[in-house]
Parts: sequence; structure tokens; C-alpha cells
Amino acid sequence: MPDFIAEWLNENDIFTTMTLMEYWGGMVTTVQLVFLSLVIGLVIAVPLAILRTVRNPFVSGPIWLYTYLFRGTPLLIQLYIIYYGVAQIPGIHETFWWAIFREPFYPALLAFTLNTAAYTTEILRGAIIATPNGEIEAAKAYGMNWLLRMRRIILPNAARRAVQAYSNEVIFMLHASAIASVVTIIDLTGAARNIYSRFYAPFEAFIFVALLYMVLTFMLVFAFRKLENHLLRHQRPANS
Amino acid sequence: MKKLIVAASCALAMIAGTAQAQDRNLRVAFDIPYEPFEYRDENGELTGFEVELATAMCEELSANCEFVIQAWDGMIPGLLARKFDIIMSSMSITPERAERVLFSEPYYITPGGWFGPESFNTDVTDMDAMKGKNVGVQRGTTMDTYVTENMGGVVSIKRYTTAEDMVLDLEGQRLDAVFVDYPVGEQTILNRDGYKEVGESVKLGEGVGVAMRKRDADLAEDINAALKKLKEDGTYDAIMEKYFSYDIKI
Repeated sequence: MPDFIAEWLNENDIFTTMTLMEYWGGMVTTVQLVFLSLVIGLVIAVPLAILRTVRNPFVSGPIWLYTYLFRGTPLLIQLYIIYYGVAQIPGIHETFWWAIFREPFYPALLAFTLNTAAYTTEILRGAIIATPNGEIEAAKAYGMNWLLRMRRIILPNAARRAVQAYSNEVIFMLHASAIASVVTIIDLTGAARNIYSRFYAPFEAFIFVALLYMVLTFMLVFAFRKLENHLLRHQRPANS
Repeated sequence: MKKLIVAASCALAMIAGTAQAQDRNLRVAFDIPYEPFEYRDENGELTGFEVELATAMCEELSANCEFVIQAWDGMIPGLLARKFDIIMSSMSITPERAERVLFSEPYYITPGGWFGPESFNTDVTDMDAMKGKNVGVQRGTTMDTYVTENMGGVVSIKRYTTAEDMVLDLEGQRLDAVFVDYPVGEQTILNRDGYKEVGESVKLGEGVGVAMRKRDADLAEDINAALKKLKEDGTYDAIMEKYFSYDIKI
């Protein structure tokens, strides 16, 4: 950073280069945590959503139970149970798992992933069962088997129906990630809490972090609008 | 006659005035659990050194005191937002805090203590040996400031909102050592098997004071007088001996 900018920044008490770097570190952690949990969650959710629509209760039942458990309890409680729970498992400290779960990042990633996967499964399932019968019948009439129908007809259209609800889930996940700071992760909120407790300036510390979250949200909203325009271009009026 | 009535009503007004001043309502904020300063006993009653001292102080002030529970993070904002009138929750006097609130004279001081598992044999003052160790502190405490300033780039500092969460992570082997208010460590860590003091305790700061809003200068004066009296007449010592085996008086 050029010296004159650093000098200018260091003139005020709170937003010095040091605290801004702390916010930046927090932003990187938040983005990593949210991005990874969303990607892994989505990858898990697609097959689960398909299996959840299967008639066999031995297949759909366990998935129903999983989504019910993770949607029926607060994310904070899930995080506490996973973070403190794994450390209490007898013998875990001697296994290689401990190297992973010792750091707060991975228990938090696990909790967030399982949580968002549960919500995404239900969003996708809703979109899949809303497939009009006519589309499925037409595909059958063309001789498509189940796999081909799923791949060519049902999933692409389900994705179109799900994208708006899913964009909400993504934004909720970004905001829900604020609770990562309770397990010592210095995410955006963690950085704000540290800076607040150092300067006793709650408004400065938290309003600044709120603005950062808003910038991230704005970027997400923008990206999803582009995606919606792309996926739903067939629904646009002809002359627009 | 008229003069007499005026004089009498003046006197009455004065009596009423003083009576009103004595009938003071105070809402006192604590962050629990913070043993042995403020916590709930097995019956769910609020108790502890500061709770008893606050009770004695309120009696001395002849004030009606109401005890409010407030999480540490929201202490000063809550005070400024008039959710309560004074904080007696082990708030150490620091220049940064003194810019926002008014402190009474300190009423106790305790050192910060180093605690860790039996297996921890590193000298906590040896920065080379401490490199990369996970050290737990409570966020925003004087212990946090000390570790941040003196060991910032050396150890990995984990900040916790409550002492309980921190002890849980010490037990879970996520932390190598914690630097915490000595009495808290004594109550929550030393009484477990397999844990010990791992370093020399450090006296930090100016002690703990009652925090109030800046405008309540009159109240601060009365509180200082009340605390002084309690320290002198033995009440303070009696309460202190109930909770501590060592001296925390200042």
C-alpha cells in the first residue's frame, strides 16, 4: 500500500490500516466458508433431492429425516454440537481427524454444509415434483428412459423453477455465517467484534461490517439476476 | 404567620427532596456466569462476590436495586442506552473504556493467570517456545489486550465470549493454554483433574470499578463513599473471605 494512503488512514483512531486488514482477513474467511459450504451443499443436494422424490420410503425416508433434523433446529445449535461435540469423542485426538477438526474452520464448514444441503434438497425437491405431467409424458413418448428424462427434461426445468428460491438460500447462508465467530473463527463478524472490543466503538465497528455484508449481498443479487435472465430467457416477452 | 408557612413548606420540601434522593432506584448489570463474582447457585439464585458487594453497597446508599443480566458484549451499549444504571461485572478500568463510561474508585484487582493441561511445560514468557501455540482469552478483557500486545504475532490467539466456551475448548485440546482472570481459572480449571497453573500470574491494569454513565457524577461520588465505608467497616472483608482465599482488595 502506498505510504500516503497508509498515513491518511492512520490519522483516525479506528479505521487504521491494521483494522482494515483485519476486516479484509475476515472477509476472505467469510467468503471461503460460505462459498465452500454452498458448493459442497449443492453437490450433495442434487442427488438427495432426486432420491427424496422416489416412492420407496426406505430411500426417501432417511433423507426426509435428515432435512427435517437440519431444518428443524437452529444453525447455531448445530454448530455448537459439531464444534464441541467432536472434541468430546473419546480417542479422536489420536486420529488424523483431529488435525482437521482441531481448527474451528472445518467443524463450521461441516455444519454450514449440512445445513445448506438440507434446505437446498427441499428447494430442489419442490421444483422436481412441480414438473408438469405433460413434460414427463412427452419425454416418455419419445422413448427416453428415467436417467435421460431426469437429465434432459426434469432437472433443467427444476433448476429454472428453483433458482429464485435458491438465491434466497445463498443470501441467508451468507448472513447465517456470521455465527461462525462464536467458535473463534475470525470471519467478518468476528473481526468486527474484535475491533469493537478493542475500541469500545460498537457503531463504527458494526456499521462498517454491515456495509461489507451489503456489498457481498449486492454482488450475489447481481450474479443471480444474470443467471435468472439466462435461465429464464424463454419467458421474456418477444420484443424486449 | 405567612413567613412561618413559607418556612415550613420550604422545610417540608427539603425533607421531601432528601427523602426522594435516598429513595434511589438503581439497576445493576451483571454478566453471568463468572464465578465466583456473579453466578447462579444451585437454587438459581444470583450470588457471588460482586452480587453481595452490590447488595451491601445498595443498602449503604439506601437504594432500591434491581439486578439485570446482560451479556458482556452489550454491557457498555446497554448502559449508554439506559437499560441499566451501573455495571458491577468485573469491568476493569481502562483508558479506552473511561472515554465512554465513568468509573468509580476500583473495588478489587485480580491478576491474570496462565492455566493449561499437566502436559504443558513451556515457559509462557519464552516467545520462541510459545510460537504457534493456541492461547485462549476472553474477548475484550485486559488479558486479551495483554496477549494481543505482547504475543500478537507469536501465538495464535483464540477469543471467546464466555469463560465456559474457552474451558470447553481447553478440555477438547483445541487450546494449549489460557490466560484468564485468576479467580475464574482457579474455579473453572484448577479444580479439574489434569490441569495446572502454567505460568507466573500477571497483575494487569488499574483494577475493577463500578461503571456508570458519564453524566452521573453525583452517583459516582455516593458510590465511592459507600465503597469506602464498606472497605473500612469490615463488610468488604467479610464478603471477600467468603469467596477468596487471597486478597483482592485495592
